[in-house]
Amino acid sequence: MSHETPPTPGLVSSLVRGYMPFVVAVGVAIVMQVVVRPNVDPYPAKLLLDIGINCILAVSLTMVNGFTGQFSMGHAGFMAVGGYASGAITYYTSMRVWGAGEARGGVLSGMLGGEGLPWLTVGDGLFLFSLIVGGVVAAGLGYLVGLPSLRLKGDYLAIVTLGFGEIVRVVIQQTSPVLTSAEEVRQATILQLPTHVGGSLGFSGIPYYTGLFWVYLGVCVTLIVAFRLKTSTFGRAFLSIRNDEIAAEAMGVNTTRYKVWAFVIAAFFAGIAGGLFSHTLGVGLSPEAAGFLRSFDVIIMVVLGGLGSISGAVAAAIIVTLLPEWLRGVAEYRMIIYALALILIMIFRPKGLFGVREVWDRATWAWLSRRKSGTGARGGARE
Amino acid sequence: MLEIRDLVVSYGAVRALHGVSLRVERGEIVTLIGCNGAGKSTTLRAVSGMVRPASGTIEFEGRSIARMKPHEIVRLGMAHCPEGRGIFANMTVEENLRLGAFTRDDAEGIAADHERALTLFPRLRERLRQSAGTLSGGEQQMLAIGRAILTRPRLLLLDEPSLGLAPQVVRTIFQIIREINAAGTTILLVEQNAHMALKVAHRAYVLEVGKIEMEGPAADLAASDEVRKAYLGVA
Repeated sequence: MSHETPPTPGLVSSLVRGYMPFVVAVGVAIVMQVVVRPNVDPYPAKLLLDIGINCILAVSLTMVNGFTGQFSMGHAGFMAVGGYASGAITYYTSMRVWGAGEARGGVLSGMLGGEGLPWLTVGDGLFLFSLIVGGVVAAGLGYLVGLPSLRLKGDYLAIVTLGFGEIVRVVIQQTSPVLTSAEEVRQATILQLPTHVGGSLGFSGIPYYTGLFWVYLGVCVTLIVAFRLKTSTFGRAFLSIRNDEIAAEAMGVNTTRYKVWAFVIAAFFAGIAGGLFSHTLGVGLSPEAAGFLRSFDVIIMVVLGGLGSISGAVAAAIIVTLLPEWLRGVAEYRMIIYALALILIMIFRPKGLFGVREVWDRATWAWLSRRKSGTGARGGARE
Repeated sequence: MLEIRDLVVSYGAVRALHGVSLRVERGEIVTLIGCNGAGKSTTLRAVSGMVRPASGTIEFEGRSIARMKPHEIVRLGMAHCPEGRGIFANMTVEENLRLGAFTRDDAEGIAADHERALTLFPRLRERLRQSAGTLSGGEQQMLAIGRAILTRPRLLLLDEPSLGLAPQVVRTIFQIIREINAAGTTILLVEQNAHMALKVAHRAYVLEVGKIEMEGPAADLAASDEVRKAYLGVA
């Protein structure tokens, strides 16, 4: 080929330019664990944890459904894959090495806090490794699912991804019971271990490493990546695909490639969220984690926040996590009111809370002043 | 510069083009006129790689591009301004223009072409920060052409630039098409507005139900009885 090699904006370089935000991320995460956690009751602390995990899920799905406008309905599938992969790694490694499945984390992990422990331990290293492997496995699966299916559009893609989630669920159901004695674990081969993740009974015994530090580290990294994606040349390519795929192609955007990239990155973070979820105290990881109900929860957050808005996804993740909790007082009417609230929000803000914009974009609030001055924009973020 | 031979394109069972051959020389404005459904847009889509031809060859500057993908063809120096303008409505005018330069990384060249697009279309300069979806139809067409200029094409494919525009705006757009051509960009123009198209073009092809029916210098076609009757509405 005689023509010059196509200058393609580098993904990695657009994501890791400047490390300061990551330093801040670690700082925020430490504050959450060391300052916030000991000063709040267990119940709000657990809510903070759920909010964090939901934020990661919602923001990662925003990259697919929001940025590129593809409609993926299998996000929980990626989350479950990440959760099972990382859970199997920490549980079986602990069993092999230490003969027991409990967490051996330091101050920064778990929800209980530990007096006199080191900040980080080997156990934390194992946990971090498992999270990343979980993310990579989910991303790999995202690539395999994405490559053929992203040629499909709209409803067809939605159906394929929905089917993917169900396949993950059914496959996990067919797995064998968890090995609970150190003896059995040592006798099994490495390849046998991943098939012993509990089947339909669920995967119990995963060590409880997840705490506010790890969750909010995950949240911050997801947010940094999402913002950099949105504001980079890469991100503009994503948004152009959502706007008008034919025109995007006419501009030289390799639409299939970018769609697959968005899918893979989103699957990676869903896998991380799954790993954080599966190592949480009091969570029974079961095949239902991959079910479409869970995927719908995430879609609700993304649509509610405004397709394409990162801050909207965060806000919606907080609302969707807290609303059912606030409504616990009204017991049986809870889910009705919850559903009603969602419907009302969508009626008054049909493009979600923020549209494609972010909270700090001035245009987000322009409709407020317009309404005051009586020029009459009725509800709905204008674009 | 562009040479199409026996191009056949089918959409499923429907054959849209039955062996179209045409040629565009460097520096020309060539127009492809014809009725709705004659296959004009299909021809352009096949050239820019958006539909895959069933058979036939397409050569751009001597290189066969019939099997290439759109994003590869853009990098060879061909821009396609799709029918219906295809601007990114949610983005600002500025962001739209920047996407035009998506395949390039020569900052100075991009800045120069950016300036050139704004000089050609001063209206866009006034609206740089405005959301592209709020532009008028004419402004959107200007944006689409300006954005295509930012890919720095040697060949520019324009699909129905006059679609849905007021006559005054159409005249402005065609004036600018002429200027772009005068500055050295070759243009293949698809139009239903045969009257305007034949005025600016050097040569023309008449497409009827998937076949080239006539070809020749634009002035000759504009003078021919058949074209006058069928496309110019002159009895």
